[in-house]
Amino acid sequence: MNDSIRTERAGRAHEVVLSAKQIGKHFGPVVALTGVDLELRAGEVTAIMGENGAGKSTLLKILTGDYRPDSGELRLGGEVTDFSEPSQSRAAGLRVIAQEPEIVPHVSVAENIYVGAIRSQGLLFNRRALEKRAAKDLARYGFDRIVSPQTIGSRLSAAQRQVVEIMRAVIDKPRVICFDEPTSSLGDEESALLFDLIATLRDEGVAVGYVSHRMNEIFRLADRITVLRDGKLVGTKKTEDTDHNDLVRMMVGRDLSQLFSRERQTAGEPVLELRDVGTDDVSHIDLTVRAGEVVGVAGLVGAGRSELMKAIVGDLPVTSGTVLVKGRPVSFRSPADSIAAGIGFAPEERKAEALIMQRTVRDNIVLAVLPKLARGIFVSEKGERAIARTYIDQLRIRTPSTEQLVKNLSGGNQQKVVLARWLAHNPSLLVLDEPTRGVDVGAKAEIYAIIDQLAQQGVAILVVSSELPEVLGLSDRIYVMAGGTVTGTLDCTEATEESILALAMTETRAPAAR
Amino acid sequence: MSAPTAQRPETALAKEVAAAPRPTLGRRIMTTIGVQNISLLIAIVALVAVIGSQNPLFFGIDNVRVIGTAVAVSGLLAVVQTVVIIMGALDISVGSIAGLASVTSAMIFTVAGPLLGVVGALGLGLLCGLVNGCIIVFGRVNPVIATLATLAAYKGVAQLVSDGRAQGYTGADGFFVFLARGTLVGIPSLIWVLIVLAVLMHVVLRYTSIGRNIYAVGGNDVASRLAGININRYILGVYMMTGAVAAIAGILITARTGSGQPVSGSEGLELESITAAALGGAALKGGKGTIMGTILAVILLGILTNGMTLLDVNAFWQNVAKGGLLVVAVIIQQLRSGERRIGLPA
Repeated sequence: MNDSIRTERAGRAHEVVLSAKQIGKHFGPVVALTGVDLELRAGEVTAIMGENGAGKSTLLKILTGDYRPDSGELRLGGEVTDFSEPSQSRAAGLRVIAQEPEIVPHVSVAENIYVGAIRSQGLLFNRRALEKRAAKDLARYGFDRIVSPQTIGSRLSAAQRQVVEIMRAVIDKPRVICFDEPTSSLGDEESALLFDLIATLRDEGVAVGYVSHRMNEIFRLADRITVLRDGKLVGTKKTEDTDHNDLVRMMVGRDLSQLFSRERQTAGEPVLELRDVGTDDVSHIDLTVRAGEVVGVAGLVGAGRSELMKAIVGDLPVTSGTVLVKGRPVSFRSPADSIAAGIGFAPEERKAEALIMQRTVRDNIVLAVLPKLARGIFVSEKGERAIARTYIDQLRIRTPSTEQLVKNLSGGNQQKVVLARWLAHNPSLLVLDEPTRGVDVGAKAEIYAIIDQLAQQGVAILVVSSELPEVLGLSDRIYVMAGGTVTGTLDCTEATEESILALAMTETRAPAAR
Repeated sequence: MSAPTAQRPETALAKEVAAAPRPTLGRRIMTTIGVQNISLLIAIVALVAVIGSQNPLFFGIDNVRVIGTAVAVSGLLAVVQTVVIIMGALDISVGSIAGLASVTSAMIFTVAGPLLGVVGALGLGLLCGLVNGCIIVFGRVNPVIATLATLAAYKGVAQLVSDGRAQGYTGADGFFVFLARGTLVGIPSLIWVLIVLAVLMHVVLRYTSIGRNIYAVGGNDVASRLAGININRYILGVYMMTGAVAAIAGILITARTGSGQPVSGSEGLELESITAAALGGAALKGGKGTIMGTILAVILLGILTNGMTLLDVNAFWQNVAKGGLLVVAVIIQQLRSGERRIGLPA
């Protein structure tokens, strides 16, 4: 690693490296940004906050040259720039870490990291040298614990993909580096490493932009905070001049002091019971969810939580133990079986696994209840619209009509469409895997309220979440998983972030079933 | 309990919804045809105007019949190909299945009569489709490769059973003659077959849960599976249906030529069917496409061929024109999608 490049490119501390002035952008009649100013300074972390739809992503895309602004001026290192595509901004030393990075599926992590940067020596490129280099770079930032250079792209978890994307940027020694909600797919351990990396970059004089919804991170990392709302600049403050409530007020225009409002109640009969359940990924799981109860499943990424959820709904096979639904032993061979038994499942990867992006809100909401609405094989479009309308109103899904394409909705509203699909099914058990990932504060509060309301109506709810405050705020009981098994169960009255983390980092005897 | 963030935008939305105009007749016609099909309609009108102004014979009712019967067979295959494409797959073997069905229908007819000939060909078509589906689902072979293989294999089987020659003479049988040259209320029976199948498929895709689920599987198969759709059943079912329709196309080939044709009547039909589906707006990545679009594309291609023949355009140039039309049409569709021009298209 050649540090002279860094020193040459990095500016003097607190000098403005990137400045955007009076940026405006519209798409047809929709105004995405008007008069937005942003400054990123060398050796500082500037947080960019705002609800989904506030214009953060558009702003980042303008910085990289993905979009061209309709008005305003961009300066990098004092010079006016006009990037027409990302390769130009990259060459100028500006990198944005994508939230959902593109990974080449059939090649190794090493090749994925150096994709586009591979300089061949002679005619052939030296795979082993590349892997060695990747191992060294990964180790430098402590990421060698998360991913090995030899792993094939398609086998990477969301967190590992994020690490690859971050490495790609870092090896380029950029002057400016922006993170777009980097921790949304990371567990706590990976997040901690990322924060260390960001601190290192900052100390080396890089100007860091950091888009996130998570207050804790912002206060931990940011030197300055820029808040956007509805495409406009609300303001930029130094971190020490603001606090949590102030920021929320700036973002949503009012206080959201109470994100969680769980009405705890006595739970009913068990709806789901797992007795010593094992699958290819997890083993010896004992777990119970009762009617009217919200049960949280915490753990680090890779603990086997998502795999367990998929086994519960019949998408992955249960290889040992007993699963009981409402007291009866079941063995689901496909999700269709679990749906018939009254179980709804919102998977972790909303776009890849839950939504049909190019179809309408109505199509997506009625997907699982289509046979119920149909007369014989004939669908009732009227009935579907009525159902869709009901849940659009009930869940406050912001869409101009039932016929809007789902890809045009914001992340929070897309997640509500997934919830609506299962509410329409009237489930007795709802399995939610990371229900608020990539969702803004306002929509988060709404989703929490929906979960609470469902529990009050007697629905049993199983929630997987990597956000500890979320698990703590929502759950009546918390199962903590590590290494493919449950390492402990905590009651909501006794659970703390510390006690969950301690259990989540328990060393288990060898990776359970791999 | 209340989640207060929603108020601000909701009032604006409510107004928007309230202000939406009642659908007028014009708008309803538009939604039936589909906005994306307007360009096809315009192309058809322009083509008709150009050809008609050069050769008035073009407008004769006889010529309309000629066009109709000429596109009937490839139209059938284009319609089912559209369904396969919407599901996110492809079936290149349809032409070979049609050829195989053509010879077997004629051969069974010679020994057992027209009814068994038709039933036998249909059964064989279903079987061919089932084999395609099984190779794809259980053998985990990409649909293009799987049906590329059966394209060759089914053609070989047709040549084997027929010894590579036309088989059986159906030209004297009432049923086959009616199929080839008969009319019903003035419309040739070949065209009726296409109309009935197209309407049936349109209704299935648009108004039944089966059709909706085919779009869903093509749009996102994982999401469909997790929503309880038995996607294997859909894949097998669509391929079997495609096999059966290809067999019907084969029977029509037999009827038109008066004997079973192992190869000559059906070769190249698979590409024509994909051309029409793509021209009609079906996206090869799945989840998108309509029967209406495909039928308009079939008509457009039929008029183009017929018109150029009437205008004495060299057959080689006709191929160039068809290819050019497809490329231009797809480029226009892609421009509308606004995708960035980097790498392979999505």
